[in-house]
Amino acid sequence: MISLRNILQAFVLLLGMATCAYAGPYEDALPKFAADSYSDTEAALGAVAGSGHPLSLSVVEALRDGRLLAANGQIFIREPSGNLLNAVTGQAFGPAPQNLKAVRINNRVRRAVEAAMGGLTLLSSDAGARMDAARAVFRSRDAAALPTLQQAIAKETHADVKQALESARAAILLNQADVSPTDRLAAIASLRSRGDQEAVALLSTLPAGAPPEVAEAASQAAAAIRSRLELWNAAQNVWYGISLGSVLLLAAIGLAITFGTMGVINMAHGEMVMIGAYTTFVVQELIRAYAPGMFGASLFIALPLAFLVAGSIGVLIERTVIRFLYGRPLETLLATWGLSLILQQTVRTIFGPTNREVGTPAWMSGALEVGSLSLTYNRVAIVVFAATVFVTLLLVLRYTSLGLYVRAVTQNRRMAGSMGIRTNRIDALAFGLGSGVAGIAGVALSQIDNVSPNLGQSYIIDSFMVVVFGGVGNLWGTLVGAMTLGVANKLLEPYAGAVLGKIVLLIAIILFIQRRPRGLFALKGRAVEA
Amino acid sequence: MKTQSLLDRQAVIVLSLLGLAAVLVPVLNVMTAPGSALHISDHLVPLLGKYLSFALLALSVDLIWGFCGILSLGHGAFFALGGYAMGMYLMRQIGPRGVYADPILPDFMVFLNWKDLPWFWYGFDWFPYAAIMVLLVPGALAFVFGWFAFRSRVTGVYLSIITQAMTFALMLAFFRNDMGFGGNNGLTDFKEILGFPLQSESTRIVLFVLSAVALAAGYLLCRWIVTSKLGKVLVAVRDAESRTRFLGYRVEHYKLAVFTVSAMLAGLAGALYVPQVGIINPGEFAPANSIEVVIWVAVGGRGTLAGAILGALVVNAGKTWFTGALPEFWLFALGGLFVFVTLLMPRGILGTAQDAWTRARARLPSRSAPNALPHAAE
Repeated sequence: MISLRNILQAFVLLLGMATCAYAGPYEDALPKFAADSYSDTEAALGAVAGSGHPLSLSVVEALRDGRLLAANGQIFIREPSGNLLNAVTGQAFGPAPQNLKAVRINNRVRRAVEAAMGGLTLLSSDAGARMDAARAVFRSRDAAALPTLQQAIAKETHADVKQALESARAAILLNQADVSPTDRLAAIASLRSRGDQEAVALLSTLPAGAPPEVAEAASQAAAAIRSRLELWNAAQNVWYGISLGSVLLLAAIGLAITFGTMGVINMAHGEMVMIGAYTTFVVQELIRAYAPGMFGASLFIALPLAFLVAGSIGVLIERTVIRFLYGRPLETLLATWGLSLILQQTVRTIFGPTNREVGTPAWMSGALEVGSLSLTYNRVAIVVFAATVFVTLLLVLRYTSLGLYVRAVTQNRRMAGSMGIRTNRIDALAFGLGSGVAGIAGVALSQIDNVSPNLGQSYIIDSFMVVVFGGVGNLWGTLVGAMTLGVANKLLEPYAGAVLGKIVLLIAIILFIQRRPRGLFALKGRAVEA
Repeated sequence: MKTQSLLDRQAVIVLSLLGLAAVLVPVLNVMTAPGSALHISDHLVPLLGKYLSFALLALSVDLIWGFCGILSLGHGAFFALGGYAMGMYLMRQIGPRGVYADPILPDFMVFLNWKDLPWFWYGFDWFPYAAIMVLLVPGALAFVFGWFAFRSRVTGVYLSIITQAMTFALMLAFFRNDMGFGGNNGLTDFKEILGFPLQSESTRIVLFVLSAVALAAGYLLCRWIVTSKLGKVLVAVRDAESRTRFLGYRVEHYKLAVFTVSAMLAGLAGALYVPQVGIINPGEFAPANSIEVVIWVAVGGRGTLAGAILGALVVNAGKTWFTGALPEFWLFALGGLFVFVTLLMPRGILGTAQDAWTRARARLPSRSAPNALPHAAE
């Protein structure tokens, strides 16, 4: 038995030596690991990584994890499962030699290992791993990875990964002095098509000795990328502005209806928004307690409920307070302010003064990527929702009899009354409608803002600004007002900062009101001064 | 309508009561023993002084709202600006006694690593300059704001809303550290005024008396305005603005003049408020504060001047009591007050009392025509 094992061992050794005889750099490099010197290890590592041998990745991984072992000048890999492999052949190796020792590494070697890994995983069969490796090489610009990179590009089929690999190659070529200008120009073109901040940074690192046409191309490419990035940046800001504008539109559109029909500013409007948000909270709590499976639908259940709750409170306010104050808009303003304080304190007493947690359904989390834009789904949902509410209200005012009456009362209250419209009833309904819309705005805002008793307060001044800016002639004024303020706010923010931008905007509106005291879309005619 | 005399019965009563308070409060504070029922404790004196400064603010709002129909929801801004002007003087008086002991820079500037005093702080170590600024800054802002607004005939709720926007914008601005007004924390830790320590009892009594005197002077000024021919035109603007314009009056000039005067009164009120309270911060610019001032006037009786004083005292005394005894009910009470007064007592305490008095007189054989204020119309 013993002799047989010895023979086998000898055979394997012979086989190993035989492969050595006509072997490439991989086999030549391996014994250096056994020398137990960091510089030899590093040299061996470089040779192994560049060899393209199928086992090289396993060797580098093993080295990283301390599983590369040496005994008697031979190198072994201990697999994570515990099996011992011969590093030369990749075959299982019988009983472990007595003096087996792990190849030691220090930080310098560890860094080299990381770089080598990046190069080697370029050839991995997993597309995600290749992508990560390409990005790693792009950042490290390690020239040693170039051969592997070429190999990877040649057989890459995945378009995204191929692009990443090519820009990694471009990154390396750009910084190498001994590359022909044609290759460099191609690299610059490749980086230009990549077109992000990293590409700009890379282009600016072009070595000083580069030929003039290369330097010229690089600076042109950098400028092109920069202006393109600025464009995307502006587009992102416009998107933020549209999303803010939608929020303002939702908050202000109900106010525009009540202000338009009755000429009164409802200071408790913000509290209707808050009540809508708290309705969402209650609905979600009930769903969590009794039907957790329906959580995704919670917002759709909350919408009609919020409309009903806020709308009926609105009708109640109109019937008990506001109708006694017609013709006295300033007193109405004060009375509704008082009501807003009462509503706030009521909610604070019931639900406590702290923020309440309103959950986001799973379908609203995540983001949509359009070019370099990132559109989060909850913002997209709010923009779509605001547009839906706007169109619905437009249709209601245009095509229903209630809408006809509301428009008539808005234009000329006394004439409408003379034509047999019961203006009192229309007031109550319009007030209910405005408050209900505020309630559903609250459902939407509960997704992006803190649900606290002060929620309404933070929107009321902005809503006023939208309404006085847009004018009360029709809903389009509110839309234009909300979008203008939203986009202007977000475009000012990068230059002036959030607070200063807002101050500038408030001053601009105050000045605008001087030019057009009744807003952008003002009602014209005799009724205005009444 | 016959011209009213400057000192009618109401004015005499107001001035006598203020004079009485100016004498009685110090006397009861100093002369009586702490345990006695009549004693006014040391912490009550600045509290009463604070009420008087609020009353002056209410008076300034009543002057424009009650007599000219301008509902400003931003008068708190003028009050706070006056307060900041006074606060800047008091900050400079701290000198090297601050935490960082910088002889020139206030603590917050040292904290923000500022090297030099910003230009707009120059001169505030000199009291007369600060006193002029107390009136000039709110007056100038009101003049510019009013000049734009009244000239383009911004009226009614639109005016109310842009005044609210103005105070909101100022609040945001003063919250910024870069503005150089102490940011979030505002100005505080005052030590002395004109060399008198602010913590001492005698300084507090003097400040109280000064508040009473300023209120009386403000009342007389307002009284003089509303009883003059100017006041008649203002009431005409309130009741029928277009008609007044067609009669040939430059409505915007009248409005602008009274708005500016009113803002300066509010600034003075702020300047009296700050040394008695010991702090001024951007929270004073909050739109809610300005709306609260309007309700003081409405509670006391709009368009009566004396009512504004009464309302400010009653509501603030109520606030002090409520926030001490039933803090969670204060907002219910305040909100309810807004609704109650506008719905059921539109002429406020004083107006309602006057009406009752007039009715009682009418039942007796009449001696002279009633002299009540006509019902306000928008």
